[in-house]
Amino acid sequence: MREVAIIGVGDTKFGELWDMSLRDLGIQAGLSAVYDANLSGDEIDALYLGNMSAGKFTEQEHIGALISDYSGLARDHIPATRVEAAGASGGLAFRQGVMAVASGMHDIVVVGGAEKMTDVGDTLSTEIQAMAADQQWETSFGATFPALHAMIARRHMHEYGTTREQIASVAVKNHKHGSLNPKAQFQKEIKLESVLRSLPVAEPLGMFDCAPVSDGGAAVVLCPLEKARKYTDTPVKVLASAQASDTLSLANRESLCRFDATTVAAQRAFKMAGLEPKDVQLAEVHDSYTISEILAIEDLGFFPKGKGGQATADGETTLGSKLAVNTSGGLKARGDPIGATGVAQVVELVRQLRGEADKRQVSGAEVGLAQNVGGTGATVVVQILGRVN
Amino acid sequence: MDVGIVSYGAYIPRYRIVPQEIGKVWGTDGEAMSRNLYILSKSVPGPDEDVITIAVEAARGTLRRCGVDPKRIGAIYVGSESHPYAVKPTSTIVAEAIEASPNMTAADFEFACKAGTAAIQCCLGLVGSGMIEYGMAIGADTSQGAPGDALEYSASAGGAAYLIGSKNLIAKIENTVSYTTDTPDFWRREGQDYPSHGGRFTGEPAYFKHITSAAKRLLETMGTKPSDYDYAVFHQPNGKFPMRVAKQLGFTDQQIEAGLLTPFIGNTYSGAVPLGLASVLDVAKPGQRIFAVAYGSGAGSDAFDISITDGIEELDRSAAPSIRELVERKKFIDYATYAKYKNKIKLKEAIE
Repeated sequence: MREVAIIGVGDTKFGELWDMSLRDLGIQAGLSAVYDANLSGDEIDALYLGNMSAGKFTEQEHIGALISDYSGLARDHIPATRVEAAGASGGLAFRQGVMAVASGMHDIVVVGGAEKMTDVGDTLSTEIQAMAADQQWETSFGATFPALHAMIARRHMHEYGTTREQIASVAVKNHKHGSLNPKAQFQKEIKLESVLRSLPVAEPLGMFDCAPVSDGGAAVVLCPLEKARKYTDTPVKVLASAQASDTLSLANRESLCRFDATTVAAQRAFKMAGLEPKDVQLAEVHDSYTISEILAIEDLGFFPKGKGGQATADGETTLGSKLAVNTSGGLKARGDPIGATGVAQVVELVRQLRGEADKRQVSGAEVGLAQNVGGTGATVVVQILGRVN
Repeated sequence: MDVGIVSYGAYIPRYRIVPQEIGKVWGTDGEAMSRNLYILSKSVPGPDEDVITIAVEAARGTLRRCGVDPKRIGAIYVGSESHPYAVKPTSTIVAEAIEASPNMTAADFEFACKAGTAAIQCCLGLVGSGMIEYGMAIGADTSQGAPGDALEYSASAGGAAYLIGSKNLIAKIENTVSYTTDTPDFWRREGQDYPSHGGRFTGEPAYFKHITSAAKRLLETMGTKPSDYDYAVFHQPNGKFPMRVAKQLGFTDQQIEAGLLTPFIGNTYSGAVPLGLASVLDVAKPGQRIFAVAYGSGAGSDAFDISITDGIEELDRSAAPSIRELVERKKFIDYATYAKYKNKIKLKEAIE
C-alpha cells in the first residue's frame, strides 16, 4: 500500500446559500481544491463524491457524473463515483479516494462532498434526514433524528449524571470556534442561557442543540505521498482511514450511551497510524447534536465514558487546551450540509496542520482526527492526518 | 400635473386573538411566538365579514371624508389575495355599493401583499394621463394561515382605500418605483385553502432584498436620504421585519412608529401598507414627507415618495374612524370562536 497525501483543499461557505445549486456547490468546492493543488484538470484520474440525498432534496440523482461533467471533466471520461452513507457520506467518499490512491489504482483523486438542503421546507428536510434511521423500526413509528438523540441525551444524563448545562456547553464552545471561521454558517458567539432557553425540539434538546440545515460543498485532492512535493510544499499525510458499522436502529444496541462503531473505527485507525488518543491535538467530530459530541469524545478515547460533558464544560476541548475539538465550529456552527460534512472535517484538519487556520489556529498541531457519523452511529469513519515535516 | 391622494379610509374587524391562545391549542409556546414575531394580537374577521365588506367600509369612509361624487370615479381596483370569488370581481360589488357604477372600469388585483399598492400605481397612471378624473385603489385581505402553521399567528384582516386624483390633494405622490423578480417565497394554488411558504427563504432573498432594492432605487431617483422623511411605512408581515429593514436602510424607530400596526392587528397582507399609510395620514401635517414601501411575495416591492399638502387640513378626517380608533375598538375571542368565525369547523351539510 502506498502512503497517501492531501495536496489541495477547498470549500464553499456553509449556510442558506439561496443563489447556489447543488452543481454550483460541487463545482466551486472542487475547483478551489484543484487550484489549491496547482493541478490542471487533465491530471485528475478519478472523482469520488459524498452526497446523502440529492434525489430527495433536489430531484437529481447520478451526482458523480453530474459534478464531473459540470467541472469540465466529462471529456476525459474519468471514473466518477457517488458515495452514500447518510451523514458519513463525505467521510466514506474520502476513504474510497484514499484506498484508490493507496492501492495504486489511481494517482490523482479528487474527493468532494456536497448537499443542497434548502430547496425543500423544514418538514420535508427533517423527513429526508430521518431516512438515515431504520425506516421499519424507527421512522415508521414517528422517530425523527432529534427524537433519537434526545433519548440518547436522557440516558446519558441518567447513567452518568451529565447535566443539561454540560450538554449545552458544547454549543457554546462550537459557536465560539465558529465565530473565528469565516466560512461558518453561524459566526456569532452564544450564551449558555440562550441554549438552555431555546425552543424545545425534542426535550431535553432545544433549537441550539441541533446542527442547522445547510447548503455547502467541500473537496480535497489526494495523491501518493512520494509525488506530493511536485504540487505543494505543505502536503498533509493520511495516517489512517478506518470505517466501522453497527445496527441500524438504536433499539438493537446494548447501550444508548455509546456508538460502538466510533470506538471500533477509532481503534482501527489508531492502530493503523501507530498512535494513541493522547497524540492528537485537534479533532473534528460529528456534533449533529450537542450530545453527539459528548459521545464522540468519549468513544474516541479522549475522555473516559461519562466524563465528556464535564470535560467540555471545563473547557478541556476549547481552542487553547491540550485537545481542541471542532475548531471549525463543528456541524453546530460551521453547518451540516450532510454529504459535505465528512470532507469539510478533513479540509479543516488540513488547514490546521498546514498552519493556515488563522485566528483559530491550534499551535503546534501535528496530528488531527476526524470522526464522521452516519445515522445514529450505524456507520462511522475515522480519519487521522499528520503534518509532514 | 400633480397626482396624489384626495382622500382615504380604512376598516379593521373588531375581533382579536392573542398568540398565547393559538399556541395553547397547538402545544406551541405562544408567549415566545409573540416575542419572536412581535405580534401582541391579530384581527379576525367576523362571520359576516370578508374582503368585500372590508373594501366597502373603507371606500365609504374615503368618500365621507372628502364628499367627492362617486359618479366621478372612473376606475375601482381592489387588491387582495382573499377575494371571495375566484371568478367574479370584488371591485364591481364595491362599485355598486358606493354608487360609482356603471360608467367606469373595475378590476381585481392580486400580487400577494402588494396588490393594494399596485392598484394605487394604476390609478396614478390613469389620472396622470387624463383618462379618468378619480380612481379608487383598495388593498384588503382576510388572509389565510393553516391551523398550526406559523402563519396562523400573524394572518389577519383589514384594508384601506385611497381616492387618487389631481385636484384637492391631501398628499402629492412625488414618485413611485417598483422592483420585481420571480421569487417563489410564498404561494397558494387554485383551489387550495392555505398558502405554502419557503420558511426563512421568505426573509433575506425575498422581503429584505425586494424592499431594500426598491427603497434604494427610489432614494437614488429622488436624490433623498432617509432623514429627509418624517415617516416611513414598510410592509409588515410581523412586527420585527419592518423594524429590521428600516434599520438596514437607515430609518429610525421614530420614523416607522406611526405606521407600524402589525404588533396590534397582525399582518393584513394587501391591507398592510395601505393601513400603515392611513395611520400616518391620520396624524400628518402639511409639508411632511412619507416614505412607503410595500412588499408582495412572488415577488415585488412598490416604493412611494409622498408629500403632505395644505389640503390635508381641509379634509374632514373625523368623518370616518381613525386607525387608532379601529385598532382600539376590539373584542378578544378564544380559539374556538376564532375557529368558528374563520370557518375552520366542519358543519353538517344543509339539506336542500
